[in-house]
Amino acid sequence: MVLEAKGDGKKKLKVGVFSFTGDEGCVIVFTELLNEYFFRWRDLVEFKYARVIQQKNVVKDIDVAFVEGAISGFKEEKMLRKIRRNSKRVVAIGSCAIDGSPSNHRNFFDEQTTREIMPILRKFPYRKKVSPLHEIIRVDETVPGCPIVEESFLNILNKYLIEFGIVGRDSNEKGGKQ
Amino acid sequence: MHQHSFDINIENLSKIEGHADLYIKVRKGEVLDAKLKIVENKRFYTQAIRGKMFNSVPQLVSRICGTCSVAHLSCCTEAVENALDFKPSDQTRALRHLNMYGLMIRDHALHLYIFVLPDIFGVQSVMELADKDEDLVRQAFIVKGAGNRLCKLVGGRAIHPIFSGVGGFLKLPEKNGIKKSIEELYSVRAFATELIDILLESDFNFTRKSNYVGIANENYNFMRGEIMSSEGTCIPERHYWDHLNRVVIPYSQATGFRFEGKEYTVGALARMNLNRHNMHPDTLHDVPEAVAKFPSDNIYSNNLAQAVEMLHSIDNAIEIMETWDFKQEPRPVIKPKASEGVGVIEAPRGTLYYLLSFMEDGRIRYGNLVIPTAQNQIQMEKDIKAFVPELLSRDMERHDIEHEIEKLIRAYDPCMSCASHFLKVRWEDG
Ligand code: SF4
Repeated sequence: MVLEAKGDGKKKLKVGVFSFTGDEGCVIVFTELLNEYFFRWRDLVEFKYARVIQQKNVVKDIDVAFVEGAISGFKEEKMLRKIRRNSKRVVAIGSCAIDGSPSNHRNFFDEQTTREIMPILRKFPYRKKVSPLHEIIRVDETVPGCPIVEESFLNILNKYLIEFGIVGRDSNEKGGKQ
Repeated sequence: MHQHSFDINIENLSKIEGHADLYIKVRKGEVLDAKLKIVENKRFYTQAIRGKMFNSVPQLVSRICGTCSVAHLSCCTEAVENALDFKPSDQTRALRHLNMYGLMIRDHALHLYIFVLPDIFGVQSVMELADKDEDLVRQAFIVKGAGNRLCKLVGGRAIHPIFSGVGGFLKLPEKNGIKKSIEELYSVRAFATELIDILLESDFNFTRKSNYVGIANENYNFMRGEIMSSEGTCIPERHYWDHLNRVVIPYSQATGFRFEGKEYTVGALARMNLNRHNMHPDTLHDVPEAVAKFPSDNIYSNNLAQAVEMLHSIDNAIEIMETWDFKQEPRPVIKPKASEGVGVIEAPRGTLYYLLSFMEDGRIRYGNLVIPTAQNQIQMEKDIKAFVPELLSRDMERHDIEHEIEKLIRAYDPCMSCASHFLKVRWEDG
């Protein structure tokens, strides 16, 4: 692995990593990608929000938001809109975020089962149905899979590293090697 | 002690799996309220599995939790096979152990290096830790990577493995991959030992009494044995449920549990307290000082326990791969029938229980699951309540108290994705 000097002061891609209703499997794949890319991304990426790896997080001035999970609660819906307002690009990562499944089982429950879970849905409260991101906000890109396919994630990150001028256009190594 | 009055309200705790809020109310130096709210939204798997076929359900429940998907898959598979009276081959068992050791390495490494070490070094993230000690962070990702690759080798994927199924493995690990993995695991042993040394030096301490519960067996494997408690209970796995009391926690998305009427602790600390003598001989030989710290009532020892388990898992994985010559076996035929089966294993965060009941055609009638973090919930809250006055007596400011409590919660390594998995038992007939 080629390592670059620490890029203090250099322009970095401002990234957010968010997790809604799901099993965090996609975010865990992201933490596994760090095994190989941590030191590379340290120079190229600034995490504005990534609750899984840091304590201080803000939803503000984000270039690319990677969003995992489906939207099942009102609070989540509000937060998702906030992410959209504060991010230049939003990427749905994983099938929960892209089409709701497999976190949307309850959308398909029969009447009796729906009645059974109704007290919980009312109490916390939940949205009437579980929705993928695109039913609520505009989504710019998707990374498919359950969990996400590592290659696709790296490709999309690379695309944005180029688009936002963090690495040169001739950079074709995935994950943003210059 | 100052007569402090304040509220602590942390939304969305960081560096844990899933979502949880914390609320603490202190008036005149007295803790009036402490609530750990699991705010992870439910996905209703208990209901979703009903009517699903026995051979497809392990893949479905794997999605209860990303980071410990291997544990859910393995436990569910065990319950299915027990229900249908199927005995897996020795080779299949060995591969399942291997998969679990891989899980322990990658999951414990994630928790210890990425979530806990920043606390120990007084920084807020692994990025800041890298500024302080780059070598250590390099080690972290090498160890974590070794665990991840081992999981991929055995299961095809680290998260939601595709090779593992009811009856056996669809595909065997490649010989070349095994060779590489053995080398890699040998090379990370030293790093795991270094991590143990760092944790040994940590002076984080919150000591309290608890009953420790977990599977104990002759070689400290995570798949089968008897359920023991530090208060002397010893029961067969299938009777676990009979000793549990379900407790509804009104403000939490997860149900709590008591064991024989009292709060208890599951996870690495419990396992080490109960069964450390049965760890891999190489582990016992190389880190005697760490092993001698147990039994412990200090909840932060849970992290040391995880680190020792990581080494133990490395040693066992090496042993399995060095001794087995995996060969393709004929696919077994498993016939459905009306039946019921229990699976119990030790997931990274503690005892995981599956009870599945099947209809004649092999579809699920109902399922009942008990999740590790849900079991620790009551003890965790009790600890928070007891810890705050101790921190107040050290004249700490609100902000520091907040941070200390977060650290305490993190020491448990809670997994909210799992915990919120709702359990509503409906003992329907027919
Ligand atoms: S897409 Fe799959 S891996 Fe990703 S969060 Fe959803 S269930 Fe988990």
